Amino acid sequence: MRDKRAGLDEAVSGLRDGMTIGIGGWGSRRKPMALVRAILQTPVRDLTLVSFGGPDVGLLCAAGKLRELVFGFVSLDSVPYDPHFVRARQSGSISVRELDEGMVVAGLRAAGQRLPFLPIRAGLGSDVMTYYPGIRTVRSPYDDGEELVAMPALPLDMAFVHLNRADAHGNAAYLGPDPYFDDLFCLAAAHRVVSCEQIVTTADLVAAAPPQALLLNRMMVDAVVETPNGAHFTSCVPDYGRDEAFQREYAAAAADLEAWPAFAAEHGFAPFSAPRGADLGSSKVQSGGGGGR
Amino acid sequence: MSAATRADVCAVACADLFADDGEILASPMGTMPLIGARLARLTSNPDLLISDGEAYLLAETPPIGGSSPLEGWLPYGKVFDVVAAGTRHVVMGANQVDRFGNQNISCLGEHAQPKRQMFGSRGAPGNTVNHRTSYWVAKHAARLFVPAVDVVSGVGYDRALAAAGRFHDVHRVVTNLAVLDFATADHSMRIASVHPGVTVEQVQAETGFPLVRDDVTTTREPTDEELRLLGEVLDPKGYREKEVPNP
Repeated sequence: MRDKRAGLDEAVSGLRDGMTIGIGGWGSRRKPMALVRAILQTPVRDLTLVSFGGPDVGLLCAAGKLRELVFGFVSLDSVPYDPHFVRARQSGSISVRELDEGMVVAGLRAAGQRLPFLPIRAGLGSDVMTYYPGIRTVRSPYDDGEELVAMPALPLDMAFVHLNRADAHGNAAYLGPDPYFDDLFCLAAAHRVVSCEQIVTTADLVAAAPPQALLLNRMMVDAVVETPNGAHFTSCVPDYGRDEAFQREYAAAAADLEAWPAFAAEHGFAPFSAPRGADLGSSKVQSGGGGGR
Repeated sequence: MSAATRADVCAVACADLFADDGEILASPMGTMPLIGARLARLTSNPDLLISDGEAYLLAETPPIGGSSPLEGWLPYGKVFDVVAAGTRHVVMGANQVDRFGNQNISCLGEHAQPKRQMFGSRGAPGNTVNHRTSYWVAKHAARLFVPAVDVVSGVGYDRALAAAGRFHDVHRVVTNLAVLDFATADHSMRIASVHPGVTVEQVQAETGFPLVRDDVTTTREPTDEELRLLGEVLDPKGYREKEVPNP
């Protein structure tokens, strides 16, 4: 069986300008924050991000990585709004495809099943239809003739998720109460990266988790990165809860353009900065060396 | 009975939202709806299912912030199945509500570049076309009750046409002043009841569109047992009073 262990820089080295990526977790819960930091430190730009949004969205906005966000919400849970995301929207620096949360699930599921769309009732009558150019409805071919939203598939170039435990081959388990939609992100993506608190042997993995919690199997994963505390400051129960004090500091710094650069530099949220004279116009720029650091 | 505060009246009005729901999932967003759902389970609707707000269903009915033995597992993926199945009553908040019950939690101003960005539509579009939905507004004000919402997150009656209307059921809006519903010929908002001490004129003055005002009653006072449950069991620390101070 393949050994898929990788370092953070290697795990994000496949990113290219203009890609569509998905980030797992939910709000400020089990976000792959170490991978997000690694993405921040690449020169990649113009990403489209699909996320049940938390600080991943804010940080990528602040670093100027996003062209478009596909989302149902962005929230830090115990802090309602992410200031970076709010600023990005209010300054018009990103475009958005705003969806009902269930539509995001349907779009990921459609992509994973290689379907062009899945029907869903959510969206009918609401303005998510108004602000999603090109989205269509579909009529049931059966006697009921009901009209439903044809939620387009949301195929991803890359997916990034964080679980509690994994083996070197890409089997992975969540140990907390909720899988969120990390399996759907992986099924929807061409290249799948899982970070985890700890890489263990396959035997230890299946001993650590009930069988229902073995969310990802190795068919669904291309790279495994061991990142202890890798979801901090979001929650990764039972390994650790959300660092509420840190999140408050994050939100306060994010709300203050003067304070943010120092906070970002101190905590590894500072974006890639181009070496003088570097050519960033080429999509061939490799991020693997973490050139900005 | 004279001990009932405005917050107690609001909590009971929120509980009454769930009284006839039977064995379904209550999804209260915010302190007062949460207290209301739990009060309903201890009084009018013992069959109600309540969650910890994360992934578990609670076997008992703990106070705000308290814990309980579990009776089931309901992670987000399963919540979406419940939404689609329709066995749920959500009570959401709102940044804007209009006279047909359209709700906005997305953003204010132009969607392309809003003046104020909020959550995004969350589950509101799906909730409102799949199952019963109510709203809780802690501070009834004309800048929230607007003639037309900037963005339709939750679908109101004028938008719930054809397929969108099949399972559409916007039930009531409970505020710190009144209980509003849509039991009118054209489903425009009506004052169902004003809370004790509040006048119809006061509610209208704080609302940015004309309300139907036929047959307005007074919101019922809590019973002694409800007051005991609120004060001793569900909210001994008085979180409800912080959300709705007594006038």
